[in-house]
Amino acid sequence: MLRVENLKKYFPVQKSFIETLFARKLEFIRAVDGVSFEVGRGEVLCLVGESGCGKTTTGRMIVKLEEPSDGRIIFKGRDITHLEGDELREIRKHIQMVFQDPYASLNPRMTIGEHLIDPLLIHELATREEAEEIAKDMLNKVGLPAEQFFNRFPHQLSGGQRQRVAIARAMILKPEFVVADEPVSQIDVSLRAAILELLLRFKKELNQSMIFITHDLSITRVIGDRIAVMYLGKIVEMGEVDSIVKRPMHPYTAALLSAVPSFVKKKIRIDVIGEIANPREIPKGCRYSPRCPFAKDVCRREEPELEKVEDRLVACHYPLEVEF
Amino acid sequence: MIIEVRDLVTEFRTSRGVLKALDRVSLNVNRGEFVGIVGESGCGKSTLAYSIMRLIRKPGRITSGSIIFEGKDLLKISEEEMRKIRGKDIGMVFQDPMTSLDPLERVGDQFVEMLTEHGVEEERAEEIAKKSLESVGLPAEMFYNYPHQLSGGQRQRVVIAMAVAMNPKLLIADEPTTALDVIVQEKIMDLLEELKKGERSILLITHDFSLAAERSDKIAVMYAGWIVEYGDADKVVNEPLHPYSAGLISSVPDLWLDREIKPLPGSPPDLVNPPEGCRFRDRCPKAMKICEKEPVSINVEDRIVKCWLYGEGDVKS
Repeated sequence: MLRVENLKKYFPVQKSFIETLFARKLEFIRAVDGVSFEVGRGEVLCLVGESGCGKTTTGRMIVKLEEPSDGRIIFKGRDITHLEGDELREIRKHIQMVFQDPYASLNPRMTIGEHLIDPLLIHELATREEAEEIAKDMLNKVGLPAEQFFNRFPHQLSGGQRQRVAIARAMILKPEFVVADEPVSQIDVSLRAAILELLLRFKKELNQSMIFITHDLSITRVIGDRIAVMYLGKIVEMGEVDSIVKRPMHPYTAALLSAVPSFVKKKIRIDVIGEIANPREIPKGCRYSPRCPFAKDVCRREEPELEKVEDRLVACHYPLEVEF
Repeated sequence: MIIEVRDLVTEFRTSRGVLKALDRVSLNVNRGEFVGIVGESGCGKSTLAYSIMRLIRKPGRITSGSIIFEGKDLLKISEEEMRKIRGKDIGMVFQDPMTSLDPLERVGDQFVEMLTEHGVEEERAEEIAKKSLESVGLPAEMFYNYPHQLSGGQRQRVVIAMAVAMNPKLLIADEPTTALDVIVQEKIMDLLEELKKGERSILLITHDFSLAAERSDKIAVMYAGWIVEYGDADKVVNEPLHPYSAGLISSVPDLWLDREIKPLPGSPPDLVNPPEGCRFRDRCPKAMKICEKEPVSINVEDRIVKCWLYGEGDVKS
């Protein structure tokens, strides 16, 4: 369905005027630094990692909100990396995004109804009357009765209700591919499960493929088929959710998992050195080596390739053998 | 007992009417206890923290109840006296460390200023500050840094260092890790647990039920301005009595539990115009006729529950 090859995004570092004047060349932050993966039809791939790991930038490149610095994005066999104009608009019909902040993703001056009618008219998929009907059906479907919500404005809705509108808007074009960027992280805890369920319902009904971006690993078991763990712009481990969650091989994956709060008392604790990674200074060798309690000399010299180990891909010279 | 909150009511005046953020809330915390207060946004958990600190600002105000801290009712003392208690006897850590830190002043200067306000001599203050920074796992040199030179986790450590520098008996942490990544969160929570050692009590306010479950001795579950269940953390998590506690627990995804998550239907009520009777009634799978009347808080097996399922009980709180 979707294939991403060696995708990169470098952002120029913001500097003061004086620094720019004396700097020999531009300095870049390598936000995404060579990421490759595939997502099959009906499959959900979770991109996980801490803030600054490049997961959101990866998602934004796929929905064409960010221009890749390098690499290719292949959607259904077609290279869409540098599409523009009409061709881009056509592709947008098929690839939709659900954003993190339901307060920022809706237009405060537009009614809920208009939010749903708009995409149908832009893509010339329906007449105004037809669009209204489709929009009302869609509202009912996401649990917001049309007679109550159609003419309301976003500020009259709660966060959970707004996210339902945002999902309805993304789904109204029946996209084949959805990128969901932390869609529940700003939603009240008791309402999160219902939003996840809604996303899963659409996924099943439309046989959608999805990239689900989250910092909360506990969600991956609910929604994901596979998981890709990112660290400083690269994938360090990728495979089936259940297998990775039970037997992580990369020390970073293991550390992330062991830090996730749970109702069950944890057996294993995997440590991390220090608190954050600085994307401006990517370490030599393995990027994780300065924080890895298991790092050896070779880790500080040679960057490990993402290679097949048993049922998954791991980028580590010394994969762990632990079981949660 | 370190603190005893009794029938506390805190209201906010809004354009739509009076909002009772806390409606007759009672809570006892013992010495050396780690108590987690969990609930969704708007349930009143932060208002409870701010009320204990007497930091409720207009249009909010505490209208009735008492907060007994070491035998003294905090609601009856002067602002002057309260200022002495804040920071010295009760420390507080907020969600965003920048609420407590001035971006234009060095960490050390802010630290010393805070200490001298509490009557510590300036020479001693620097020493205490550096020691306190080290006690939360930071290098003493951070005394000379500006807040923007630190990471989010380091800033939160600085705030915690300031909150515990005077050795308060009670530390209130309001969503201290919400803005942080999980690994940093884990380390900050380790630090809080460490700070509990001894006689100090900790009140952790969080929306993350499993986070509270991992660290707390006791858990109070709040809903719509009420404490609906309060008791031993393991018991509340493993055998919740209140249907809201049970519903919330089974709606939260958990990495290590093999189970389907069950969404809670509906959403919390509007507190300007709360429904009569039990406020959870509309969302409750076990609602009965009697739930149209407000349930009393009763004692069930060392737990306090505000629910009709458990009859009239023996003790009213």
